[in-house]
Amino acid sequence: MLNLGAEGMMSIGAVAGFAATFHSDSATIGALAGMAAGAALALVFAFVAITLAANQVASGLALSILGVGLSAFIGKPYESLTVPPVPALPVPMLSAIPVVGPAFFEQQPLVYLSWILFGAITWFLYRSRGGLVLRAIGESPVSAHATGLPVIRVRYAATLFGGAMAGLAGAFLSVCYTPVWVEGMVAGRGWIALALVVFATWHPARVLLGAYLFGGVMIAQLFVQGSGASVELPSELLSALPYIATIVVLVVISRNPNAIRLNSPASLGQPYRPEA
Amino acid sequence: MRLSLEARGEPSLAMRYAAPLVAAALTLVGGFVLFAALGKDPFEAIRVFFLSPLKDAYGVAELLLKASPLMLIAVGLAVGFRANVWNIGAEGQFIAGAIAGGGIALHFDAGGGPLLLPAMIVAGAIGGALWASIPAILRIRFNANEILVSLMLVYIAQLAVSWLVHGPWKDPQGFNFPQTKMFADAALLPTLVEGTRLNAVLPIALAAVLAAYVFMQKSFTGYQMRVAGESDAAARYAGFSTRRTVWTGMLAGGTMAGIAGIAEVAGPMGQLTEHVSNNYGFAAIIVAFVGRLNPVGIVFASLLMALLYLGGEQAQQSLNLPSSIAKVFQGMLLLFLLGADVFVNYRLRWSDDSKGRSSNPAS
Repeated sequence: MLNLGAEGMMSIGAVAGFAATFHSDSATIGALAGMAAGAALALVFAFVAITLAANQVASGLALSILGVGLSAFIGKPYESLTVPPVPALPVPMLSAIPVVGPAFFEQQPLVYLSWILFGAITWFLYRSRGGLVLRAIGESPVSAHATGLPVIRVRYAATLFGGAMAGLAGAFLSVCYTPVWVEGMVAGRGWIALALVVFATWHPARVLLGAYLFGGVMIAQLFVQGSGASVELPSELLSALPYIATIVVLVVISRNPNAIRLNSPASLGQPYRPEA
Repeated sequence: MRLSLEARGEPSLAMRYAAPLVAAALTLVGGFVLFAALGKDPFEAIRVFFLSPLKDAYGVAELLLKASPLMLIAVGLAVGFRANVWNIGAEGQFIAGAIAGGGIALHFDAGGGPLLLPAMIVAGAIGGALWASIPAILRIRFNANEILVSLMLVYIAQLAVSWLVHGPWKDPQGFNFPQTKMFADAALLPTLVEGTRLNAVLPIALAAVLAAYVFMQKSFTGYQMRVAGESDAAARYAGFSTRRTVWTGMLAGGTMAGIAGIAEVAGPMGQLTEHVSNNYGFAAIIVAFVGRLNPVGIVFASLLMALLYLGGEQAQQSLNLPSSIAKVFQGMLLLFLLGADVFVNYRLRWSDDSKGRSSNPAS
């Protein structure tokens, strides 16, 4: 499944997470609300693109437009409000290690969750039967269906999981990272995440590496802007760096057509309806 | 008995043309539900949203003014979409056109002769085309995905225009607002109807629609692009150049978006600001699909989309709703259309679960 709706699902997750945290005073409820909202939007995509076998590129774009619009619409009353910042959660013992400790083990709870999820997803994809089924369906839904695998159900589950994760990421931005809701705050991160999957040629380990490289570029440009150092560069040029970096890395990775072709799921973006 | 989908022998042409109407109707129903959920009187809200923008000649002129850039961009994009060239960055190409043409307007504003406006439009077209040529080159040379590259370039174009109006191009007498000075009269598109804002962008857009129609239906390159869209393998087997398909598709979209961009700043805006585009580049993608990638269909779809824009403004003024409700309607429209498209290839059937055991085999 090719879901280009990440930007929309993140936006809706951000606004839902923020609103839920604001009303409940609990960041946990906010995170869950973000996941639920992202998954709900993904369900719309799943119905159109899986059950109705619509064009996935167009459906994903529609989802992004709808999600960004809906989040701006829902979020209007929440603009200029704030929620209490989420305190960092130091890991006992480990956070006492010099240099490495504060960097890795005095983080937001969701940052740890992202590491746990990375491990769990890697294990699931490459070491479990479920992951094998998932990858088989991605390669050839026709063969998978013929061997009796529940193609439609797995595709729904995978799409909803992707939506929940995008929603959680959105909620992280609005509840933990900033913590405010501003229209357009996702600012292309959903699209960059999609580009990351392409760079990483669909491998979780390379996604993790790519995500931290990008985090590095984003932080570096903020750091340079904030330091007011003797750089005579317009701030807009620095803000454009993550987007320029995305293009550059995309070009470098894509130069070898085989790397993409051999590693991406063979049925990517192709609609499938089982015959009877 | 249960309802199921059954494949049609061949795609239904009737459904192909009925689907946009079904989608428009479903969007109306969706709007009705949405307004009711928001505690507004749905009948009144629908009237305000869809009918009140058209109550007088000024409203109709505004509709045509909004529909023109959408029409321009969408026919350009449709040329690429037909061939599976996914230029999603028209928003950025629109801004690039506005910057290029706006630069000419600001630079030559003292000696604004009769050639100023044509020069601006040509510069706008070149600006949009150049911006679109980046994803085209990267796709052809390096196989980089044009969806992601053209999208990233949207954000870069937005930052570029923001830098220009905050920095080098800022109006010195503008009280520090991030905007350029107003363009001279010679740099503005002539108004078509006295007392309205409708200007020469409409005939330009209609000419583009005609040109796109002739190109897609009558030219050999247009034929090659349609074949490439139907089947990539068939196009390669016939020896059609992928390179030419990608270039034509990307440049058609970029050029049209660039012209739409300069027409917007040389028309209703009259200056460059940070908010050059009203999301036209993204809305035009929906217009292209709702118009079935067909130039004539796109004319109607752009009118519908323009109505959603005006309805959003009305909803903000009279119903006290955020104008982003227009984007909600836009997204709904495209999703309903894609959903309705299932009936092009499938039909609904009551399927009998007790198949084979039925006492009446003739049924």
